[in-house]
Amino acid sequence: MTAGTATVPRVLRSPAEIRRSRIIGIVYLLLAAFVLIVFAVGTEGDATFRLATPDDRFQLPDLMLSAAGLSYTVAAFLAFLGGVQLTRGFGKSTNVILGLAMALVAFAFLGWAAAGKSFSLVGMLQLTVVKSVPITFGALSGVMCERVAVINIGIEGMLLSGAFMGALIGSLAGPWMGILAGVLVGGLLAFVLAVLAIRYRVDQIIAGVVINIFALGITSYLTSSILVENSDTLNQVAIFRAWKVPLLGDIPFIGPIFFNHNFFVYAMYVLVGVIAFALFKTRWGLRSRAVGEHPKAADTLGINVFRFRYLNVILGGMIAGFGGAYFTVGSAGAFDENMTSGRGFIGLAAMIFGRWHPVGALGAALVFGFSDSLQAKLGILQTPIPGEFLLMAPYIVTVIVVAGIVGRARPPAADGQPYVKE
Amino acid sequence: MSDENDGPETDGPAPEERATVEPAGNGPGRGHWARITGAEGDWRSLVLVPVLAVFTALVIGAIIIAVSDIELLGLWGEDAGEAFRQTLARIGDAYGGLFTGAFGSVRGISETLTWATPLILAGLSVAIGFRAGLFNIGAEGQMLMGGMLALVVGFQLNLTIWLHLPLALLGGFIGGAIWGGIPGWLRARTGAHEVITTIMFNWIAIRFVDYALKTPFIQREGRPDRISKDVLESARLPKLLEWIDPQLRLNAGIIVALLAAWAVYWLLFRSTVGFEFRAVGANPDGAKYAGMNVTRSYIMVMAVAGGLGGLAGSTQILGVLGNATPGFSANLGFDAIALALLGRSHPFGVVLAGILFGALRAGGQQMQVASDVGIDLILVIQALIVVFIAAPELIRAIFRVKAVKGAEQITRGWAT
Repeated sequence: MTAGTATVPRVLRSPAEIRRSRIIGIVYLLLAAFVLIVFAVGTEGDATFRLATPDDRFQLPDLMLSAAGLSYTVAAFLAFLGGVQLTRGFGKSTNVILGLAMALVAFAFLGWAAAGKSFSLVGMLQLTVVKSVPITFGALSGVMCERVAVINIGIEGMLLSGAFMGALIGSLAGPWMGILAGVLVGGLLAFVLAVLAIRYRVDQIIAGVVINIFALGITSYLTSSILVENSDTLNQVAIFRAWKVPLLGDIPFIGPIFFNHNFFVYAMYVLVGVIAFALFKTRWGLRSRAVGEHPKAADTLGINVFRFRYLNVILGGMIAGFGGAYFTVGSAGAFDENMTSGRGFIGLAAMIFGRWHPVGALGAALVFGFSDSLQAKLGILQTPIPGEFLLMAPYIVTVIVVAGIVGRARPPAADGQPYVKE
Repeated sequence: MSDENDGPETDGPAPEERATVEPAGNGPGRGHWARITGAEGDWRSLVLVPVLAVFTALVIGAIIIAVSDIELLGLWGEDAGEAFRQTLARIGDAYGGLFTGAFGSVRGISETLTWATPLILAGLSVAIGFRAGLFNIGAEGQMLMGGMLALVVGFQLNLTIWLHLPLALLGGFIGGAIWGGIPGWLRARTGAHEVITTIMFNWIAIRFVDYALKTPFIQREGRPDRISKDVLESARLPKLLEWIDPQLRLNAGIIVALLAAWAVYWLLFRSTVGFEFRAVGANPDGAKYAGMNVTRSYIMVMAVAGGLGGLAGSTQILGVLGNATPGFSANLGFDAIALALLGRSHPFGVVLAGILFGALRAGGQQMQVASDVGIDLILVIQALIVVFIAAPELIRAIFRVKAVKGAEQITRGWAT
């Protein structure tokens, strides 16, 4: 023990970090054992992964792997990672390695599930991106609000209202107006949240809960009283078709996964980039973060704390409303009661898992989207694993992250606290 | 704790309330009423604001009813007088149906109390958390997990009712207590915020119930869909009004709920443990300084809160339903948050608020029949009630009521 600490004088590590590092090392070893026992031993046959969709320009050949061989390799590699983690550690790249390890486990799982069958890997990853769209918008909405220290539990309600308005106005005036209406209603609900949280200093969790209950109530009420009787005229919206990006869409494997989608997916990429840039490279972003970390200091320096909070919360609501419109204008074509079914809360989870960073939020949403699409495809592969556990994964991961067992998520310092000007 | 130098101290209740470790209710200089009940504030914030909040919410609900009928809206241009008359009639039908459905008959009262039973228990679950400064959003998940355990005890054991029913209820309490206790433990040991963990635990519970209802152990034989076996008769909460009409659903769960309210009152305001709970809620640092074990309190509060949530799920399973299907908690765990706020986080207030929300649920069905105004309007009304309760300044602005206390802060932010 003493020798170990003597040889790593480069970085001083806190006991919590050392403990965390050990836990991750043990997790690697456990995963290796798990992969070995469950996926490798006794598995027979080759797994065939299809890497191209039929309408791709460049047809990649199918990838044939021995399922058992794949799992043995992954298990050995995981054991190696665990050994390194426990003895030397990975330093700054710990999280990247952790992500890689998880991806390998997922791959070994797919190999095991698809043993002796053919499975469209590209199709599943394409679905992953699609499933992550509303989650990402919800998470971005949360990032916008919480970076200025307003907790937004009402993401779910904003998504739901956006979906409703997308269907209603989209049916009356076309899909673009539907999106606009979704954005506006999201902004309106966020304005209510902002007034309650900033002006009246209502507990922000309560304000968010109220928005969720209200949105569920009013959309369900209006659906049964207006939409159901007039579903042809009021609840039937033209949905956006997929559009393949020239050149990028033709890249083998990557192209169909990321660049053959509809408008909302591209909007998601752009928005993630814009918000990441704006938050960390512009004056507005610096001021927003200052308001979230230490409003009193920001105020002292002449930043209008209230204005920043109002503005960013409303922008956040508009993003959630836009993401909500995806459900109807971008996907289903009609509104259904409570059709978001908890995506807003997964968005909240993605925001936390992504550590309040737009790019992190996108990454987290893709991970959660992966477990969602995996669940959707499991039925085809007829595995004995119940899909419900895959649907649970985002929530369990989030609990693990906030508990700091593997990694620590640190919210903005003033998150959730009302600001009183003196 | 590093953020304690700004933020919470600068706002909220008056400084003298903050300065003392002693929770409100037992301090000197408070009224007789406050000393008996442990309730905070004067009659305005205890009675007037809730009543006005409910009234205002109903008025806004009436406006929504008026504008949500397309044909009626068209009539305004042609014959304003007739449109006005019809609008009033529609609102009258709706709220008339709401009232008669809730209180207009023995059946109505029975339905109201039947709905009130889980609402009161779940409301107590949230309220006890509020008192200890913890925001339990997890009542829904605790209902599900508690209900599932009560269900298993209910169909698996075969005992006399005097043993079986208490055991099933105990199972429900324990199931919920575990599901609430884990977030409490995580909060105490790792600082993971209970709002985040309980939200996540809700969804884990929802998915778990979906899964469990498909397992051979729980799923009813010969059914492809998600429905459980039936609870044995010896574990069912007996119906109370069968002698009037076998259709009346009111069961002994309401007695469980009222006993629980009394027990929570005793725990919070008459026991040392409850004193610690409230002290931790009022000022965790102060409570720690006074030698109280804050870690243990967090775990215990969340376990008790979870247990009450579990009981709420159990009364649904053992009383009303007799078996489990997905979503048997019927979103009551989320209503409970609104209810605990309306009841001012006081056990007796929660009972009254629970009966009101039960009346809305029961009356809502009659409203839908009497006037085809959808039952989902109830959710809107509940949300509006909470807005006005949580932001009493709105009530002050509308009705010019004096000296209403400002909004309370329960959560201290996520950055702890």
